[in-house]
Amino acid sequence: MLNEKQLTSLTETARQMRGDIIQMLAASKSGHPGGSLSAVELLAYLYFYKMKLDPKNPKLPERDRFVLSKGHAAPVLYAALVERGFFDKSHLTSLRQLNSILQGHPDLKKTPGVDASTGSLGQGLSISNGLALAGRLDQNPYHVYVLMGDGEIEEGQVWEAAMTSVHYKLDNLTAFLDYNHLQIDGAIEEVKSMTNPGARFAAFGWEVLEINGHDFNELDQAITTASQIKGKPTIIIMNTVKGKGISFMENQAGWHGTAPKPEEAAQALQELGLA
Amino acid sequence: MSQKIATREAYGTALVKLGETNPQIVVLDADLSKSTKTATFAKKFPERFFQMGIAEADMMATAGGLALGGKIPFASTFAIFATGRAYEQVRNTIGYPGLNVKIAATHAGITVGEDGGSHQSIEDIALMRAIPGMTVLNPADAVETEKLIIAAAKHQGPVYIRLGRENVPIIFADDYQPEIGKAVKLRDGKAATIFATGIMVEKALQAADELNTQGTTVRVINIHTIKPLDTATVIKAAWETGAIVTVEEHSIIGGLASAVAETVVQNHPVPMEFVGIKDRFGQSGTPADLLTEYGLTTKNIITAVQKAIGRKA
Repeated sequence: MLNEKQLTSLTETARQMRGDIIQMLAASKSGHPGGSLSAVELLAYLYFYKMKLDPKNPKLPERDRFVLSKGHAAPVLYAALVERGFFDKSHLTSLRQLNSILQGHPDLKKTPGVDASTGSLGQGLSISNGLALAGRLDQNPYHVYVLMGDGEIEEGQVWEAAMTSVHYKLDNLTAFLDYNHLQIDGAIEEVKSMTNPGARFAAFGWEVLEINGHDFNELDQAITTASQIKGKPTIIIMNTVKGKGISFMENQAGWHGTAPKPEEAAQALQELGLA
Repeated sequence: MSQKIATREAYGTALVKLGETNPQIVVLDADLSKSTKTATFAKKFPERFFQMGIAEADMMATAGGLALGGKIPFASTFAIFATGRAYEQVRNTIGYPGLNVKIAATHAGITVGEDGGSHQSIEDIALMRAIPGMTVLNPADAVETEKLIIAAAKHQGPVYIRLGRENVPIIFADDYQPEIGKAVKLRDGKAATIFATGIMVEKALQAADELNTQGTTVRVINIHTIKPLDTATVIKAAWETGAIVTVEEHSIIGGLASAVAETVVQNHPVPMEFVGIKDRFGQSGTPADLLTEYGLTTKNIITAVQKAIGRKA
């Protein structure tokens, strides 16, 4: 259980991260707010509480790894990294612009702290399996965390990789599913009737936990439980709200890949108490 | 020239040597380890061999992850799957971040034979060459294969190595030392230059020797590294011999023909002829019959050289 102080601190970090996301997207005039906002609590928890890392030494060999398989949610990763001090806040307004260190999708060659280049959906779990296998070979105790989108698991490669994680008993890897129920063209269930993702992963041999992905205590509990499960990988299905925290973005598929206009950004920041 | 060994066989041998000297070498295969010859490594170093099952896309991205973890992965399957099925994984997860993955693809080209056109990759060089930063190697015999595999492991960054199924004659002596990015002159001559790659090098040599007996001297250059291409050697040949023929067991679209032509037309245009697959899929047949059907014989090379010389101004 997180204590009151930790909870308050993480809640404040999440609020700042949401502000960063809005400011980044408003400046770039393009990008993906919905799926960035739904993953804020997870990244705040990982980068400010759970993961072993050093912003001054982003390539620290024994650092824990985070792979943003749903790479279009890059703004949430950049928000976590900037708040954690991996790079200066002045970069935020350069998102998606020529020669920026903040590419439209995560690029490990350009952004300090990015552990894997991602963006083409369905590949992050495979990359994470490779990282987990390398860590095991080296007896390096780092843990690999990977976040997938719910629409993303329509990609066949996810299931190839899901078999690999189980075959190699990768208990040094924890996956998360951002189950916000929306993808670009609409509701997940309408685009491709993908019901009960947890049961699907369980059928592949994964340990499956299900939580409210916006609740820090539930995140803490599930991630702690996952770390104690040996001999198989764990996936934490996070029930989330797309666009979480900004009233007019919540549960709207239209905010998957549309940046807020200046007046919308102003309203969003006001709602966050950051205006 | 009596001994014949498949380049995939030499790959398997090289992998074991690498495994003995470098603990960072790991190998992945997609249920073809007996055919790609990674099985020997698997037996010797089971903890460093990853059987990925029939899942090439997953294999390539997993290799990327292993490279991120500091390993030097060799990922093997047939060329058609390595470059076709898993193209986008190779492009985005290996090429784009410039990861240190070696893709050693066997059963390339039409000499796969009886399995037919679905399994004969004729465009793998084109696909891999188009990826920024990808090194593309195509060894000519077992000796060159072994040396280039060792060199590829030392090279930092993604490498594609094209290997064949068929036994092919040994061309090079044991002390031969190829260098990535450096073309190798095997015959000198004045009338034309043949640029050959992979298993076609041996046929190019035969063609040159036969032309020599007829009084036409032809330079033969082995292009084991298609990318980065040894452009200085190509330009020099254009200046000095004034006619060029490219020879490859691959489509002339995007392969060696394209690579050499891109350099020649920008620097010193001379007549060029292409021996290669002319915008056709392969089919079932014996490797020898297929080479004849697709115009990849010594005789085809001689005709192309004569044609190129005839077009000189």
